[in-house]
Order: sequence, then C-alpha cells, then structure tokens
Amino acid sequence: MSLIWRRHRTWVVPTLFIAPSIILFGVVIVASSLQSVWISFHDWDGFGPMQWIGLGNYEELLGDPQFYVSLKNNLIWLIIFMLAPPLGLAIALLVNQQIRGMRIVKSLFFVPLVLASVAVGIVFTWVYTPQFGLLALAFSAFGQKAPALLSDEHLVTFAIVIAAIWPQIAFCMVLYLAGINSLSEDLIGAGRVDGARGWNMLYHVVLPQLTQVTFIAIAITAIGALRSFDMISVMTQGGPFGSSQVLAYQMYEQSIFSYRFGYGAAIATILFIIMLVFILWYLSRIIRAEEWSN
Amino acid sequence: MFPRPIPHTARGMRAIYMAMVIVILLIWLAPLFAIIMTSIRTSDDISMGNLWGWPTGFGLVENYVNVFTKTPMARYFVNSVVITIPSVIGVLILSTLAGYVLSRHKFRFSMLIFAIFIGGNFLPAQIMMIPVRDLMVQVGLYDTAWSLIIFHTAFQTGFATLFMRNFIAALPNELFEAAKAEGATSSQILMNVVVPLVRPALAALAILLFTFIWNDYFWAVVLTISDTVKPVTAGLANLRGEYVAAWNTISAATMIVAIPPVAMFFLMQRHFVAGLTMGAVKG
Repeated sequence: MSLIWRRHRTWVVPTLFIAPSIILFGVVIVASSLQSVWISFHDWDGFGPMQWIGLGNYEELLGDPQFYVSLKNNLIWLIIFMLAPPLGLAIALLVNQQIRGMRIVKSLFFVPLVLASVAVGIVFTWVYTPQFGLLALAFSAFGQKAPALLSDEHLVTFAIVIAAIWPQIAFCMVLYLAGINSLSEDLIGAGRVDGARGWNMLYHVVLPQLTQVTFIAIAITAIGALRSFDMISVMTQGGPFGSSQVLAYQMYEQSIFSYRFGYGAAIATILFIIMLVFILWYLSRIIRAEEWSN
Repeated sequence: MFPRPIPHTARGMRAIYMAMVIVILLIWLAPLFAIIMTSIRTSDDISMGNLWGWPTGFGLVENYVNVFTKTPMARYFVNSVVITIPSVIGVLILSTLAGYVLSRHKFRFSMLIFAIFIGGNFLPAQIMMIPVRDLMVQVGLYDTAWSLIIFHTAFQTGFATLFMRNFIAALPNELFEAAKAEGATSSQILMNVVVPLVRPALAALAILLFTFIWNDYFWAVVLTISDTVKPVTAGLANLRGEYVAAWNTISAATMIVAIPPVAMFFLMQRHFVAGLTMGAVKG
C-alpha cells in the first residue's frame, strides 16, 4: 500500500490540489457557458421540456428591431469607453509628482473604482435628476434648463455611458500609474538630452514603453464596455421604450421577465461571440508573452 | 521620471500645481460629494425642494438611523457579509492550491487550463446565467446565500488562480530545489515554503475579491429574490424603487453600500493597487 502510494504521490497530490478548482470552474463556468449555446437552439420557458427549433431563435433575432437598438447601443458603449485609456493616462500623468499630500490625492482619484456599480448608477441618477440634480444646478448657474437625460431616448445611452466610464477611467489610471513608474530612466534621460519635451517625449519615448499597459487597458476596457449591465438596470431598466438596452440587458429581460430562455440564450450567444474576439486577442498576447518568458 | 518633477525650490509652481490638481479632484468627485451632502439633508428640506441651498437642519443621524430601522438595509448588510466572507476564503484556498500546481508542476494541458481560467473570467455573465440559475434551482440552492457563495467561488477562482500562479512562479527557484533535495513532498513544500511566502499576495487578492464580490449586482438579482438572502447591492436597487423621491434616504443607503469596499481600500491601499496592477499586467 505504502509502496503504491509512494510511487504515485508525485502526481496524485498535485492532482488532488488542482482538482477542486478545475471541477468547480469547469462545471459552473465552462459547462454552463456551453450549455447556453445548446439552449439557444431551443424554445424553452425555463420550466417545461425544451423544444428543438434549430436556428429559429437566431432568425427571429435578425428580424427583431430591439436587437439592432441593443447592438447599436453596445457599439456606442464600446466607442465612448475607448476614451477611458487616454483619460486615465492623462490623470496618471497629472498626479505623478512626489509632493507631500499627493498620495492621498491619488487615492481619492481611485475611489470610483471601488464603488459598487449600483452605487455609481444611483449617484448619477441623482446627478441627472431633472430640476433637482447636480446637473440641473450646474445648468441653472448659466440660466439654462438641463435636459431630462434619462427619459430622452436619444441621449439616455450617452448619459449612462458617461456614468459608467467614471470608474473605468480610474481603472486605466491605476494601470498607467504603475506603468509610468516603471519607465526606463535611461531612455527618459537620453530623450531629455536630445531635447525631447512634453508631447514629443510622451509620444516618442514614453508611449512606446507603455504598449503592454495600453494593450491591457484597451482590451479590458472593451470587454468591460460589452459586459455593461448593472448601470442600465439601475438607471433606466433599459428604458425609455427599450432605447437604452444593450445585448446583456435584453438577454436578461427576455429570460427573466418574458420566460423566453431559448431566445435569451441566443442573445447571450451573440454577445459571447462578439466578446470572444476581444478575449482571444487578449489571451493570445498573454500566452505568447508567457511562452516567451518560459 | 515623467512628467519632469516640479523642483522643491519652485514654490510658486508647486502651489499652482496643487491648486490645479485639487480643482480637478473636486470636479472628479463632485457626483460623490453630491450624494454625501444629500445623505445628511433633512426630510423637510427634501420635501421643500431645498436640495442645494443652506440646510435648515442636520439630518445625518436621522437619515442613517432611518435606513437601518425603516428599511431592510441592516438585513441586506448582514447578507452581504455572509455571502462575501466565505466566498473570499474559499477562493483563497482553492487558488493557492491550483496556482501552486500550475506554477511548479509540469504537466500536459497546463497551458490550456491556464487559458481557460483567464478566458472564463472575461465571459459575459449572461452566457452562463440560464444554466447556473437552473443548476441552483435543481439542487435546491436557488434563493439561498449558498448559491451566491458557490457561484462567486467558482467564478473568482479563475482570476485568483492566475494571480497566485504568477506570484508563486516568481518565487526563487532555489527554495523549491532545496526543499526537494531535502526530500520534501508536494504538500510539505506547499505548507512550509509556499504558504508563508504568499501572504502578501493573499492579502492583495483578498481585498480585490472582497470588492468584486461585495459589489456584484447581476448574480444577486439572478440568484436571489427574498429579502432574507439578498445582498446590499440588489437591496439598494429595490429601495430605489420604493423611496422614489426620498433622496436623503436613498443617498444614505447608497453610502452604506459604498463604505465597506472604500474603507477596505483605504486600509489596505498598497495591497489593492499592487494586486490590481499585478493581476492585470501580468495576465
């Protein structure tokens, strides 16, 4: 017995160590995701038996005007969110001075990052509240009346994205602060000797050293933009008339409120495929870096 | 350093710089100040429409007491603690074990497992929503704290394993060689070499996980419905529907949801930032 144990424990023990993680992650995350794709080929109310309808859900989706509204909104999120990396870099550059008190200033800039998205949603709902909110106050200072952003179907998505980008900028700022603190002093010094300053220095000397950080900031920001759900749910519940829905929210609404689980799964699958582009891009770079370092 | 440091001698420049930074910071945090100010306003002021003018009274105590006595917020708060703490502990244990194996043992498919752990972490929640909800209903855990504990533990294990793997891989190889030469087994190496050395990583990871899990809203609304299990985030969204115009109460409730992660962040700031950048930059 002990002989068998001794011979095999070199692989049995590590296997036992890693097994719980693999099983838990495999069942709850990976298998569930694959199962959703399977469900998307069915008509299912979540209780009764599933009925195979092939691509029926996808065909219906292509004819659903709400699908295009959601898709367009996802695109708006993605485009506006791309402002987060440059703005995060700008704040990082602004606060990167070693002066007494700057440490607390930096921490205060981080705060939006640790707030719950529900809290951010409510904070901005309050800011946007017509007549009484902070925005109305700011407008009235100029004798203007603030638009009711959250009930205007053309402005609503922009209003939510601006709220959501707040913590995202803070996130990019954290990444860039770490990045600019590990810049090569030699290259900066050489740049200074060559007379590079300000923009020139930033563009030709600093940014090339930050490509890895920039890549991560962009990839994670893009994934974050496409995953957006919480803020929409809290601020507008997709309204008015579905005009602020995105795929993630439409999926939730179709499944939980309309009991159309097959249709919801099809929307989730489309979102998954869109995001897969970014996930694979991210993974391929990480793994290449990983293999290179081994 | 870039940008060029402002020299000590340039006192004027320093003063101008600090003034500019503080103005930008005030604008940056203005939405948050708005909610803090509103959370200490009296109900009289709110109903009179006096939201930004000089307050006629001070409602700090009253508003926060109201949130705890007149709304189920205290219950939600307890629920959040009950969900968050076990999940964080579970993830720390699982990810230390898995991270150790992935970083110090060579085996087939280790790169694939690693890729699945990272990739899975970026999936949209909606792609797993229906099967996870169904699974919890099937095993009778739907609408219990366990459903959220199990889900969060599973999901965060992906990110956390990657994090721990990178940390353990960066430990000096000689330590492991020496332990092996002494005849230490995998479990002895884990307990006597890895665990004592990964404490800072565990601290960083714990604070990140606490923030992620505490702030979760989507899974809270998907997996729970009762007030007795619902965490603060889902509870807050409910209150928002009930107390439509009572902005002082809602603001106070929002502060209660926001404070634990913010407090954790200020207490363990260095760990938080190190964790976030390490988690993202190395993987």
